[in-house]
Amino acid sequence: MSKRFLNPTEDPLWLRLLLGAVAVGFIAVLLLLPLALVFKEAFANGVSAFWTAIVEPDALAAVKLSLIAAAIAVPFNTVFGIAAAWAVAKYDFPGKTVLVTLIDLPFSVSPVVAGLIYVLVFGMQGWFGPWLIDHDIHILFAVPGIVLATIFVTFPFVARELIPLMVDQGRDEEEAAATLGATGLQTFLRVTLPNIKWGLLYGILLCNARALGEFGAVSVVSGHIRGVTNTMPLHVQLLYDNYDYAGAFAVAALLAMLALLTLVLKSLLEWRYADELAASHRH
Amino acid sequence: MSLTVDSVTKKFARFPALNGASFVAPQGSFVSLLGPSGSGKTTLLRILGGLEFADSGSVRFADLNWLDMPARTRNAGFVFQQYALFKHMTVADNIAFGLRVRPRGRRPSKADIARRVKELLALVQLPGLDDRYPSQLSGGQRQRVALARALAIEPRMLLLDEPFGALDAKVRKELRADLRRIHDHAGVTTVFVTHDQEEAFAVADLVAVMKDGRIEQYGTPADVRKNPRTPFVSEFLSA
Repeated sequence: MSKRFLNPTEDPLWLRLLLGAVAVGFIAVLLLLPLALVFKEAFANGVSAFWTAIVEPDALAAVKLSLIAAAIAVPFNTVFGIAAAWAVAKYDFPGKTVLVTLIDLPFSVSPVVAGLIYVLVFGMQGWFGPWLIDHDIHILFAVPGIVLATIFVTFPFVARELIPLMVDQGRDEEEAAATLGATGLQTFLRVTLPNIKWGLLYGILLCNARALGEFGAVSVVSGHIRGVTNTMPLHVQLLYDNYDYAGAFAVAALLAMLALLTLVLKSLLEWRYADELAASHRH
Repeated sequence: MSLTVDSVTKKFARFPALNGASFVAPQGSFVSLLGPSGSGKTTLLRILGGLEFADSGSVRFADLNWLDMPARTRNAGFVFQQYALFKHMTVADNIAFGLRVRPRGRRPSKADIARRVKELLALVQLPGLDDRYPSQLSGGQRQRVALARALAIEPRMLLLDEPFGALDAKVRKELRADLRRIHDHAGVTTVFVTHDQEEAFAVADLVAVMKDGRIEQYGTPADVRKNPRTPFVSEFLSA
């Protein structure tokens, strides 16, 4: 038997096992275990108790508000993200780096600060506060404020996903489409969009997950009016603070399920279109 | 129906790319723009294709004020060095693209498009590859598809930007001969950018030797080779 040499990029078995164990261990302790506990607590008193906690009017109102906020924030940030990525990737203009930096701002600013910004702008003592009161327009401690805060914190997701992708793809295919007689809209729909659809989908899913789960910024502008301005994460905290652990964990489990659904959806699409996905990565 | 390029200039942010380039190409001729990197040949070609805009000067093609038209309406087939095929489309869909995006009144029927795709695949010698994706083709095959795609729109001008630059010597020679055959068959005015003088002389009717955004010498391959007009041209040709 000839001596077996290690592949140059292959590490010894013990090292691979060790690294694998560390990775799996971290995921198990930090991610899977807490998730499992949420579900265990949620169903501790049986499925019917879980169900009762979910269909309770305040909980339902919170679910509805979260879905409304996401349903407005996600399309808004999708359109904005595509527009911003398109501008950055396909054109040269002064102030481009400033724009890219600004898009990142919501990632670097604490969500609480983001919420406070809206209080400063729209609050009683804020810039537009008195004017808004005079015209009976409610932004703060009302649904518009929550939607605005959600839009702010989820602003960069789609744009951030698309900019590197579109910069990498360059302008060649768009230029080719133009010389072949395509209009701007035809070029976008037939060439640009198919090339970015996976990145776009991923950005939308991440944006949606964050929109549903946002706590900090929404907490500042919400005013925590039970059944009116509480989103799901805020409702979880409210229940928890009132020692309603069963209710808190039930809503938390529902929130976690929505997030898991997002991941399942993504995996399903990746599996269904695996060939196309592989083809689009090769050049 | 000749192409007249008159003192075209173009300045990029820091350096001038074209300093008044002029030449006249008769209808149906095959012109090579030949020169070292940075001589402005690609910029001039992109201006002809509507992908770049001239600062001054004029271009007339037939009786058209060429520079006033957007790329979309020039009907000039453009072949890129890096192919620029649509990655997510099959070969057949790539070739059919220019026909499918036409306004309804001028769009051929499905059957006509399919027939045209077959003809073009035969013309560029890739029969039967209709359903392949660009990623499944060799470099030479991709450039043949790009050529077929540019010819599908029945262009009134064919513009090629170092189309064989990324290919090996043997494939280059084959494609060069095929390009000339296709040009003669279609009779379309062709402008071909290259930095390879052997290629330029082998394929073109007229050669424009470029340097620093100007055309140093313009004439038939035999004439340019026999009577280089400036020291730069003779030096470039002997390199």
